[in-house]
Amino acid sequence: MDFPLMLRVFPFFVEAAWVTVQISVLSLLLGLVVAAIIASAKMSGSFVLRAIGSLYVSVFRGTPCLIQLFVLYFGGPQIGINLDPFAAGVIGLGLNIGAYMAESIRGGIIGVDRGQVEASRTIGFSRLQTLRLVVLPQAARLMIRPLGVNAVGLIKGSALVSTISVVELTYTAQRFIGSTYKPFEIFGIAALLYMIIVYVVARAVDVLDRRYAIN
Amino acid sequence: MQGLDFSVVTPYTDLLLMGVWWTVVLTISGAIISFFFGIFFAVAVLYAPKVIAYPIRFFMWLFMGTPLLLQLFLIYFGLAQIGLNVPALAAGIIGLGLHFAVYNADVMRAGIVAVDTGQTEGARSIGFGRFQTLRYVVIPQAVRNTLPSIGNNLIVLLKESSLVSIIGIAELVHSAQLAISETFRPFEFYITVAALYYILNLVLETGLRQVEKQVEVSR
Repeated sequence: MDFPLMLRVFPFFVEAAWVTVQISVLSLLLGLVVAAIIASAKMSGSFVLRAIGSLYVSVFRGTPCLIQLFVLYFGGPQIGINLDPFAAGVIGLGLNIGAYMAESIRGGIIGVDRGQVEASRTIGFSRLQTLRLVVLPQAARLMIRPLGVNAVGLIKGSALVSTISVVELTYTAQRFIGSTYKPFEIFGIAALLYMIIVYVVARAVDVLDRRYAIN
Repeated sequence: MQGLDFSVVTPYTDLLLMGVWWTVVLTISGAIISFFFGIFFAVAVLYAPKVIAYPIRFFMWLFMGTPLLLQLFLIYFGLAQIGLNVPALAAGIIGLGLHFAVYNADVMRAGIVAVDTGQTEGARSIGFGRFQTLRYVVIPQAVRNTLPSIGNNLIVLLKESSLVSIIGIAELVHSAQLAISETFRPFEFYITVAALYYILNLVLETGLRQVEKQVEVSR
């Protein structure tokens, strides 16, 4: 183990880890918005909306995220979409994770006991009131863990944006492995930083889940 | 902005089909390695002495917490570093195999624990050794019970195999990149590649559902 080297390159990795965090947080936010829209479409009364929602989920989950990024970043200019790598990375990851999160959201809503809806309708709540005051508060609790799993997957998936030259953790690791030929040391540093980010998110999900868990 | 023209793809049909072929090869090889190493890791973590179980547990923890792409770089350059000069294809298969072995092991460990203890006691009382009990009684049931999850991992493996293009393996994405370098038409080719993955995915999902149904019937 070449510790002096590890110390020397460490500052570059901290900076890169910050980019990974930024990409992950921004694409998570975009993903949640997309997921809410797609989940609503999939659960709506309209056949057309349901079909669009299903198609979205099926396409984005049925093809590699890497290809989705490539279509957006390299293919985008051909259809008039010019994005810098960072923006393309956030949008690409966000649209992708949105499809997975839509299923987590839907799962949470379906998981709420049917009797809850019937009871609140019986005591005179409208459909919207039932959804807002009875179903969603309970569904939100059921969504914490699946959405947390999605978020952790997203952090690891954010490594993909290195392929469209966003200078984040994996890109930095690749560059230093190429220039130092010390794959184990470089992997060690990058792995440590990924583990810290993943650990923080996993702990946060644990705390939230325990705090709001039903029962 | 130029007009889109998917007819540029047709002259490259053979190249793309070659890419499909190698993607299938990678996925199947990765699946076989990840299946058997998954069982091995799961058994080792549960039953092996601590000197073996703890390093494997650490390895699993490390590989579950870091991106596959990073692991591929480690394996590709790391193997060369320790004097093993393997071709990129082998590094890619090993990388995919180990990465998904860890996820399979995680599922199978739970599956093994969930097998009724009466099964082990029964096998032991009719004279099976500890290894025989695992091999013929516990693991087959564990595999059968975890088949849906292992199938899901396989679906992810198919998609993630696209990553090995980054270390220069000539699979589907790589074929597309080659064609794009000649035609400068990324949009058409990447959309085509996406469609090919979608079809592969559909075939795999249908196949897995078929297998699951058969297993369900044989119970």
